[in-house]
Amino acid sequence: MIDIDGIDHQILRALSRDATQSASALGRRFGLSQPATWRRIKRLQDAGIIAGRKLDLDKEKLGFGVTVFLGVKLATKGRVSLEDFERAVSAIPEVQTVEHVLGMYDYRLRVTARDIADFERVLRRRIMTLPGAGDVEANVLLTEERRPGPLGGG
Amino acid sequence: MLDDLDRRILRNMQGDPDMSIPDLADHLGLTTSRLSRRIDKLRETGVLRGQQAVIDWRALGFAVEVSLRITLDKTQTRAFDEFIDAAREIAEVIEIQTFLGRVDVRLSVIARDMAHYQDIYRSQILTLPHINDIEALMHVARIKADESLPI
Repeated sequence: MIDIDGIDHQILRALSRDATQSASALGRRFGLSQPATWRRIKRLQDAGIIAGRKLDLDKEKLGFGVTVFLGVKLATKGRVSLEDFERAVSAIPEVQTVEHVLGMYDYRLRVTARDIADFERVLRRRIMTLPGAGDVEANVLLTEERRPGPLGGG
Repeated sequence: MLDDLDRRILRNMQGDPDMSIPDLADHLGLTTSRLSRRIDKLRETGVLRGQQAVIDWRALGFAVEVSLRITLDKTQTRAFDEFIDAAREIAEVIEIQTFLGRVDVRLSVIARDMAHYQDIYRSQILTLPHINDIEALMHVARIKADESLPI
């Protein structure tokens, strides 16, 4: 673990809102030189704290009107290979995230679809036919909000 | 409206957000200025809203991630608003989602370790207003996380 101070926190907060900001623009905001800011960003990247960047796309404008979270329980634990299930579920293009969890379900999936009919198609043809898939619970996403997380005040 | 080229551009940017504009133009067989104009247009129409850094909370020392699936007391008309306003005040809550289904709200909570999680759960989560029931899913591993859209 590397030492992280308040300025690193502010840089992380700023970049998690807008990753296109230049080191010199960020530096001006936090009273640092461009090279000093760049070194801090590089250090956060090297430590894996900044894991990469992602595009923020308007999914509705791209025609993806429905997001559903599925809790999936494996039917016959011990007899299905987790790797087979994970490989098959990750290959479905509409499945955006796959999380292995402990609790009422074994996996939590985020599925995107054009509309409810399209979602039903994905569910029936692709999810229900996965090796080992048992109980499935669906919750339709209404709103979502990412929070800055524990990155100090400001 | 988006055409095939717009979709190809977005697909490639989504697949490799770190690629520079000249490299991407090269890859797509476009001139840099033509690609830039297309990207500007995608920004103007609001399809491409921006780019965000992805923080790996584990690498920052938050080893525990728990998904709390919450049902609220819907006899209280302001239950959703009041619950969400209060949940926003908890620094360790990194995601708030609302649903149509068996679950009303889901909170993603991170903590340094189980003792830290227990502390947040007891002193901050359980004191949130209008909770009817809570189920916890403990996060084990992230198998797929890119959140790509099948453009």
